[in-house]
Amino acid sequence: MSFSLTLEFTLQQGEFSVEIDERIEADAIALYGPSGAGKTTVLEAVAGLRQPERGRIAVGDRTLFGSDNGVDVPARHRCIGYVPQEVALFPHMNVRQNVTYGAHGAPMEDLARVLAVLDLEPLVERRVEQLSGGEQKRTAIARALMAGSRMLLLDEPLSALDVALQRRVMQYLVRVHDEFNIPMLYVSHRADEVLMLTDWVVQLDNGCVMASGPSKDILPRV
Amino acid sequence: MADDVWQVAVFTLTMAVVATLVMLPPGIVLAWLFARHRFRGFTALETLVMLPLVIPPVATGLILLRLFGRRGLFGRVAESVGLEVIFTWKAVILAMAVMGLPLLVRAARGAFEQVDRRYEQIAASLGAGPLRIFFTVSLPMAGRGVLAGVLLAFSRAVGEFGATMMLAGNMPGSTRTIASGIYFYTEVGNDAAATSLMLASIVIAFGSLWFSNRLARP
Repeated sequence: MSFSLTLEFTLQQGEFSVEIDERIEADAIALYGPSGAGKTTVLEAVAGLRQPERGRIAVGDRTLFGSDNGVDVPARHRCIGYVPQEVALFPHMNVRQNVTYGAHGAPMEDLARVLAVLDLEPLVERRVEQLSGGEQKRTAIARALMAGSRMLLLDEPLSALDVALQRRVMQYLVRVHDEFNIPMLYVSHRADEVLMLTDWVVQLDNGCVMASGPSKDILPRV
Repeated sequence: MADDVWQVAVFTLTMAVVATLVMLPPGIVLAWLFARHRFRGFTALETLVMLPLVIPPVATGLILLRLFGRRGLFGRVAESVGLEVIFTWKAVILAMAVMGLPLLVRAARGAFEQVDRRYEQIAASLGAGPLRIFFTVSLPMAGRGVLAGVLLAFSRAVGEFGATMMLAGNMPGSTRTIASGIYFYTEVGNDAAATSLMLASIVIAFGSLWFSNRLARP
């Protein structure tokens, strides 16, 4: 499912600033670049967790932030599922409680489908501290999906995992993308992930866009 | 333990429990405000709440007496609705709550500050409003520290003396607490009753402080 994303904003974060001016029509978009490039800052601005100084952020024709007309949709009304790099599952809840936190009376079939796609059924009663790194990532993805998200923001979902787990979680991400047909904005510093999961890449460095275009054209083959 | 000593101990515990329940809502709200927000008058409010920790308890009692006395700001309001506060059990609760509040706020504030804001941000991104975030994320995650503060405030309430004496007096059967009882029985030379109350206060304080310290440990 192709979607359009407008990222035209300036965001100051202490000494560091991010300037981006992109209108993209794609299926899954990657923010690619080294650590400290500003990828997570852009993601958090889209999620509504950081407020740009000026500019516009829109998904399709829905403006989430617009300094010209004073629009700033609160994070809780953006309907954007955010999976942060550190996962941040609620430690006092089990898997089921985490996954259904933002579900707002979603039908049981939705929950069953999400749990099935991410192979979480056997884990639903487990507490967060009993989960492996990969299981925690899958739970966080399920939680974001169950929140009725119209878009998924994934911040380095394969970080802090060993190679075998990275491969498994990657398979789950491909499954989620195929099954739920949900637009994705994917942050990574690894070209192979970006090429496998996204069709458009915005390459960032030091808060500036270095390149933007189809993933296969921008990134060297891995 | 003699009947009147037993009655004083039970009365003190009951009043301390009620005072703790009374200070809980404002204490938690203030702790959360201090931990998460900066606003105009922040330092003034913070200082005001903490003031009973550092001024003599009898001074706090005197302030409360002026406020809740017949000609006081709140006293007149209370009187107009037929509520008598001064020198009643309600005054005991009021004095205990005011003296215990700073300890509750201090401990609970520390606990809220320890909760990574990231969890609250994620809850917001999942569609939760501020109240839901508070009750489902912030408060449960700060729970142990808040409970430690509750126990600390309860212990303080049990041992309260100066403010209670000023505001409620030391009337047997209606406002006499463990602390004022120890003072009274020592004054009249009833060493056995004073010692019994002293031991009761040590047992209660030791128990609640022990739990509080255990909970405060990570």
